[in-house]
Amino acid sequence: MTVRTRKRLAGGAALPSLGLLLSGCSQNRIAQDTLNPAGPYSRKIDSLFWPVFWIAVAVFFLVEGLLVFSLYRFRHREGRGVPKQVHGNKRLEITWTIIPAVLLLGVAVPTIGTIFSLSRKPPGRPLQITVVGHQWWWEVKYPQQKFTTANEIHIPAGQPVYVAVTSIDVIHSFWVPRLAGKQDLEPNRVNHLTIQADRPGVYLGQCAEFCGASHANMRLRVFAEDQSHWQAWLADMEKPAPQPPPAVLSIMQAKGCGGCHTIDGVQGFAADIGPNLTHFGNRSTFAGATFRNNVQNLTNWLKNPPGVKPGADMPDLHLTPDQIQTLIAYLEANQ
Amino acid sequence: MAVTEVRPAAVAPGPSRRSWLLEWLTTTDHKRIGILYLINSFAFFFIGGVFALIMRLELARPGAKLISIHLYNEIFTLHGTLMIFLFIFPVLNGFGNFFVPLQIGALDMAFPRINALSFWLLPVGGLTILSGFVTKGGAAAFGWTNYVPVSLQGGTGEDLWTLGLLIVGVSSLLGAINFIVTILRMRAPGMTMLRIPIFVWAVLATSLLAVLAIPVFTSGLLMLFADHRLGTVFFNPAHGGNVLLWQNVFWFFGHPEVYMLILAAWGIVSEILPVFSGKPLFGYRGVVLAFLLITALSFTVWAHHMYATGAVELPFFSATTEMISIPTGVLFFNWLATIYKGKLRFEPPMLFALGFIAMFLIGGIDGVWTAAPAVDFALTDTYWVVSHIHYVLFGGTMFGVVAGVYYWFPKMFGRMLNRKLGIWHFWVQLVGFNLTFFPMHLLGVRGMPRRIAYYAPDRGWTFLNQLSTVGSWLIAVSMLIFLWNVLAAFRRPKDAPDDPWGANTLEWATTSPPPVHNFDHLPPVRSERPVRDLRLAAAAREGSS
Ligand code: HEC
Ligand code: HEM
Ligand SMILES: [Cu+2]
Ligand SMILES: [Cu+2]
Repeated sequence: MTVRTRKRLAGGAALPSLGLLLSGCSQNRIAQDTLNPAGPYSRKIDSLFWPVFWIAVAVFFLVEGLLVFSLYRFRHREGRGVPKQVHGNKRLEITWTIIPAVLLLGVAVPTIGTIFSLSRKPPGRPLQITVVGHQWWWEVKYPQQKFTTANEIHIPAGQPVYVAVTSIDVIHSFWVPRLAGKQDLEPNRVNHLTIQADRPGVYLGQCAEFCGASHANMRLRVFAEDQSHWQAWLADMEKPAPQPPPAVLSIMQAKGCGGCHTIDGVQGFAADIGPNLTHFGNRSTFAGATFRNNVQNLTNWLKNPPGVKPGADMPDLHLTPDQIQTLIAYLEANQ
Repeated sequence: MAVTEVRPAAVAPGPSRRSWLLEWLTTTDHKRIGILYLINSFAFFFIGGVFALIMRLELARPGAKLISIHLYNEIFTLHGTLMIFLFIFPVLNGFGNFFVPLQIGALDMAFPRINALSFWLLPVGGLTILSGFVTKGGAAAFGWTNYVPVSLQGGTGEDLWTLGLLIVGVSSLLGAINFIVTILRMRAPGMTMLRIPIFVWAVLATSLLAVLAIPVFTSGLLMLFADHRLGTVFFNPAHGGNVLLWQNVFWFFGHPEVYMLILAAWGIVSEILPVFSGKPLFGYRGVVLAFLLITALSFTVWAHHMYATGAVELPFFSATTEMISIPTGVLFFNWLATIYKGKLRFEPPMLFALGFIAMFLIGGIDGVWTAAPAVDFALTDTYWVVSHIHYVLFGGTMFGVVAGVYYWFPKMFGRMLNRKLGIWHFWVQLVGFNLTFFPMHLLGVRGMPRRIAYYAPDRGWTFLNQLSTVGSWLIAVSMLIFLWNVLAAFRRPKDAPDDPWGANTLEWATTSPPPVHNFDHLPPVRSERPVRDLRLAAAAREGSS
């Protein structure tokens, strides 16, 4: 085999496998994958990623190819004389300054186009939600519908949703890779981004700016719903929460749950240090979408929150197993 | 690691152990200070490396396994901090200390005592940072970027981090001023600015960056401390401070800093390639121009680290960022043209220099993605960035540093490093490095954020993380080979000739190791390759006689 054919073979094998590694493999199973866009906003990013990818691959093979070729061709062998002492070549040097400049211009122009189209507010009167970052969970407000939930965002599929993001404490970053790029949540400042999912489904996300002890435990879920499910969910959320029975209320009052949590329509429960517990039973996960919402996990949680989620701002309230059972029965029924 | 092996006999006729130690502790000889820099830097590299191995073990499986989330946060923070401020930057300064005076034909640095001070501040600063581990609440745990306001929630460890970096900053600043004065004022006769070795240009550019950028960081650190302990509100949002001010200050320093971490490695590689290709550096002036352009442009790009904050003029900063990659690209072509049609000798220094080109290229290409804000929205703060950092700092600077050790070790200690072990070291490091860091690109695009102590099993990240962990242990093996090579060299008698490689620059015109006063005779300097001129002249004399 000549050097050239060997190189071509290597290149031919490497290229598709690289592309495969990046995009292929387990396509739909990875729900937090950037290169598996599920809506127009992430697709805009994706459609810029690939041209840059191919330019990069070309540059990579050009430079590494030249390198490997030179190493082989010009390796030390007996009998070769002293190499010619070339100190430089102005024309060549100018050429290889201009070529990358042109390539980069080729990247810059579509980039700037994409920046502007990503930052535009969607036309008409889109659904608006506000996401407030807390250490280490997401408060999700629907100002048009006047309710608040946490860690799980429901949106109608096929429609753009304009998200305002801000933070109550430290900097977090809102990121649902299959729907959009990142946007930081900063105290004293409101940023915006648009998310949209083509099809109904669950899209995973995660806080992307280091925000302290439980940064790894600050995840979120976006549920894109078809029209009928979306309407049903709205109806659920808009209906008043069941009043806690006296047994539950007395535990909650004794333990001061109301000092941190809100339950709509219940006197003394209007704080936002912790997630809004109205319709808690509706959520599939809790505590920054870290735990599945089931009796076992909730029991562990209420026993000692910082024990299962380091740093969590809900203290160990020394609840007895009976009290925990009573509370869970209420929380889970609170659909 | 090397010092303890130097036999007393090697220093002076029979000094006692104590006075030998005292001599090293009080030395103002730039060569000894250079060696102290290197030893100190590799000691911190060892600590930072152990932290890295622990992180990799923790991430080998989903869920929390080995260490607590808080400990993870501490060690990723100190890994980054030590690697950047106490390994990479000082190790390059160590080479600078030893070789800049030799390469320009000077007796010493311009200010020898300040030079000693800048060295001794380093271990003090480093240990200050590490001492956070024994305080209540532990060491700093907010990343090497230490973003506010989360870092304002830290305890004493956070203050020690701030204080330690203030000390290290003073050290770097004094060192930089010393280099600038030395290079501008102490050159041998005939050593014009366009004849100084390219490594010296790199150190000069680095020092200019340091002098301009470090004071900004210092003021940032002072404001940080004041916010944390004195109740001021520069950054603290609770009282109307601006959290993004810290990011602007940090990165206004931080981006020039990343060039401070690579320029001297470019210099080392640009010294080695010509020697082992038997050709001059292609386009010396072009390379110098590229260094200076990068130095200037690096102050215009800082906000590319802040694209996702929503408070950045995106088109401006992406344009400047793409602009700075043009002179960087030029360097690659100059290096390729240097080896083109050369007569290549694959000695260990050359292997690592070539590895540098091959790996740094990948880091550079990664940067083009993140320079484009829309793509960066997807990639920033993911493992893609961790991969990029390491292709630049490890694949780049670290390969350059190792190349420098293999190249200059004979000059520094009068002993050759073993060639065979060097070749083994190279291949194990190359494979281990890629196995550790290439999978991180894929983890990044698959949505794994950086700085997470653990991850859920359902994300599909486990296999790639395992590859990476295996790779990290290969790197550890390569470092053991390296260490063995160095230690074994000290067990052999001195065997290095004055100029083992057939090199070009003045340090090879003196003995290995050089005498205290550096040169017995200073050869005339008539080009940027005085030692080659000398060699040719000698050969011509022999031919005619
Ligand atoms: C000191 C404030 C505080 C008190 C008191 C408190 N909580 Fe919490 N609670 C929190 C915080 C903060 C979180 C969010 C923790 C996280 O995800 O990091 C939380 C989370 C929860 C969650 C999970 C919600 C979700 O969707 O993620 C439940 C359920 C909960 N608390 C129930 C209770 C109950 C029941 C009580 C009273 C017995 C109580 N909390 C008392 C602060 C408090
Ligand atoms: C010995 C091999 C190394 C391994 C296995 C390693 C591993 C890692 C890992 C896993 C992280 C990510 C931590 C996280 O985000 O949770 C990291 C971060 C980092 N590494 Fe390394 N690393 C190594 C060497 C180096 C070297 C030589 C340098 C620089 C000179 C370096 C500089 C950094 C920096 C700056 C960060 C970012 C820290 C932060 O996020 O604050 N590393 N490293
Ligand atoms: Cu967060
Ligand atoms: Cu930068």
